[in-house]
Amino acid sequence: MSMRRNPLLGIGSTERWLIVVIAAMCLFLGLTTDTFLTLVNLFDLLNISAVNVIFAAGLLVVLIAGGIDISFAVAASVTQYLTALTVGHLGGGNWAIGFAVASCYGFALGALNATLIWRFRIISIVVTIATFNLFFGALMFLTQGVSIYDLPDWWLDRIILFEFDTANGYAELTLPVAVMIVVIVATWFLIRRTTAGRQLYAMGDNPEGARRVGINIAAMHYLAYGWLGVTAGIAGLMQAHYAQEVVPNALYGRELDVLAAVVLGGARLGGGRGTLLGAILGVALVAITQNGLNLLGVSPYAFKMIVGAVILVAITLSNSGMASLLSGFRTRPERVPS
Amino acid sequence: MLLRLDNVSKVFGGVQALRSVSFDVAPGEVLCLAGENGSGKSTLIKIISGVYRPEPGATMLFDGEPIDGLTPGVARSLGIQVIWQDLALFPEMSVAENIAFERNLGAGLRLVDYSAMRDAAAGILARLGVTLDLDSPLRELSIAQRQIVAICRALIADARLVFMDEPTASLSQAETDALLVIVRRLSADGIAVVFVSHRLAEVLEVCGRVTVLRDGRNVGTFPTQGMTQTRLTELMTGQTFDQAVRAADHSASATVLEVRNLTRRGDYEDVSLTVRRGEVVGVTGRLGAGRTELALSLFGMNRPDGGEILLNGEPLRLRSNRDAIDAGIAYVSEDRLSLGLVQPQSIADNTALPVLDRLLGAAGLLSEKRKSVLVSEWVRRLSVKIGRPEDAVSTLSGGNQQRIVLAKWLATEPKVLILDSPTVGVDVGARAGIFAIVHKLAEEGMAIILISDEIPEVYFNCDRILHMRDGRLIDEYLPGATPIDRIESHVHA
Repeated sequence: MSMRRNPLLGIGSTERWLIVVIAAMCLFLGLTTDTFLTLVNLFDLLNISAVNVIFAAGLLVVLIAGGIDISFAVAASVTQYLTALTVGHLGGGNWAIGFAVASCYGFALGALNATLIWRFRIISIVVTIATFNLFFGALMFLTQGVSIYDLPDWWLDRIILFEFDTANGYAELTLPVAVMIVVIVATWFLIRRTTAGRQLYAMGDNPEGARRVGINIAAMHYLAYGWLGVTAGIAGLMQAHYAQEVVPNALYGRELDVLAAVVLGGARLGGGRGTLLGAILGVALVAITQNGLNLLGVSPYAFKMIVGAVILVAITLSNSGMASLLSGFRTRPERVPS
Repeated sequence: MLLRLDNVSKVFGGVQALRSVSFDVAPGEVLCLAGENGSGKSTLIKIISGVYRPEPGATMLFDGEPIDGLTPGVARSLGIQVIWQDLALFPEMSVAENIAFERNLGAGLRLVDYSAMRDAAAGILARLGVTLDLDSPLRELSIAQRQIVAICRALIADARLVFMDEPTASLSQAETDALLVIVRRLSADGIAVVFVSHRLAEVLEVCGRVTVLRDGRNVGTFPTQGMTQTRLTELMTGQTFDQAVRAADHSASATVLEVRNLTRRGDYEDVSLTVRRGEVVGVTGRLGAGRTELALSLFGMNRPDGGEILLNGEPLRLRSNRDAIDAGIAYVSEDRLSLGLVQPQSIADNTALPVLDRLLGAAGLLSEKRKSVLVSEWVRRLSVKIGRPEDAVSTLSGGNQQRIVLAKWLATEPKVLILDSPTVGVDVGARAGIFAIVHKLAEEGMAIILISDEIPEVYFNCDRILHMRDGRLIDEYLPGATPIDRIESHVHA
């Protein structure tokens, strides 16, 4: 019998492992560097990671529903561009309009994926690889790769939530962190507390069973990919706020980082399993690894290699368990009762 | 009558799946719906559960009220529930959530009420007199326990008529008995249960009446009192079968396969057996007795920890199944549909797969001519009904697919043939054909191991029966010398 999972927080064995590993890394980095365990650095980590956590929350919903999406990061770039153009047309706008517009564009792009996947019964990875190329190609072609620096003031002005004057300088928490928290709470509420969220889990767990009990499969597709679209739109808005510009290829490649972090957090490719806490811890582990290597003066080229290795080890362990890895290399045919 | 159907027909494409079938179920009765694969059982269930519409002219009454234009939702709201063979449960979710999942259904954003789900699930389990941990994920449950969860899910929806599609297919005898206790309890509560099964013995035991379908027609409904298995088989297939023991003494023939003290920790222990030329040796025992694990070891896919395997007196070292195939051992797997055949590929490609290296022509390339000679020879020898050898294997019926699996392994010209549950999912009629082939191969001198948990199958087709329990060979029976019911009770004890 496996360890009991807390049904609301979702602390299972994967999450426990991640917490232990993260704690060990923090301890190690705290002892070997004098900058890691400072409020300035930790707040900075939060500010930097907020965008990825927002992406991760959205992607988790799609993975739970049994799908996958490669296109969300470039969709966020498209959303940034369209939002910048739209608020320009509207004469500037404000945060409320910005969130509304970005969410709408994000939802529309997600809904396009959902339509292709559900309506034409194409598997999600094929659809989203295609839309990934479509979105990115169209964006680069139509914008000629030109960045937008001329964003409205509300979008660029930094909003500081908390500020502490410490010995190492100012420690600040900024707007993306607050938005991240809102997205986390909303996503947690969706997947854990609403009946629609449970239907998403059910669909990812056993699609045929879900159809038979009468779950509206089409609606679930629009919910999952739409939710990821909206979070991607919001993440795009935040990334432009953080970077102070809209660069068409700024988020290119981010999809794989986020996907890796979410899978590291225990979400199953194939659906039905995954927790928000796990996804957040996955992003945190990757961010701390990067930050730690940085502080230790390790070459940034080593970063991807180490993250890749960490993910392989984590996934191998969660698939086979520590015990079977240590007990030698006897092959045991996996058998399914027919 | 709770349910009464008359003149129900269904046509798919040009195929008449049901022809003017009548069917009725009384409240609280346990009825069996028997028929071979393709006889129309599933089509009938799907019509009653609202998945398919019957052709015009059908009468369908539930509680005396017409139920034309039935949809799955309406059928459920009337209390018609189907427990499909694959159960349609959610492995990652808790037992409670699986049972009470209908509380999560419906459109709109509503809150999940975990405690109400737990209470509802606990109530249903108590009603059945079963204890299950409400919080364990379903994937940690046995198949039998999952079956109970599926029944609970049907009951929570106020079921009045429950269809169970092959509910005992993967249960042991004890688990089957426990299920039948539950079925009787439902029946006592006034819930009608329709069993869809082709394991016939249990059907006769639990059901009051049996309705037999054949080729989309209702052959008739009979009281199970006085009904025998043989008679029921004849009704289902429209053929008569003479079941006679064919055991013969082969102790004078040469030993082909000898296994000495073979052990693999956790799977089986200290197994010794011999199979002689022309002999069919049955290996029976309950699910999980180690039968398949032993077979896989003989086929080089499950390396033993100790002991010896000898072929024609020579010690054999099997590092992989390639070694086993080269030595002349063939294994027809239990799960032929997913493991035994490459479904979308052609009949010819499937048949030639294990022997591609023997079909090389000039320049070491695959010779299409040699391939087609091989394929047509086996199709003829096993009388497989096929369209063209280029057709996908998935176009064939279960029985013919099983023959292609056999053809594929026979093409390797084995000395030892291991058949693992060769008739699972194969019709009664087609089974006889497969065993006729097995007997012919034995007469030609092949040594055959037949693994099956259906005692009659090994009893009427083997020369000797080995009984495996908890990884050990515990007994050996000679069909004819030991009565079949004694073996049955011994194996299922």
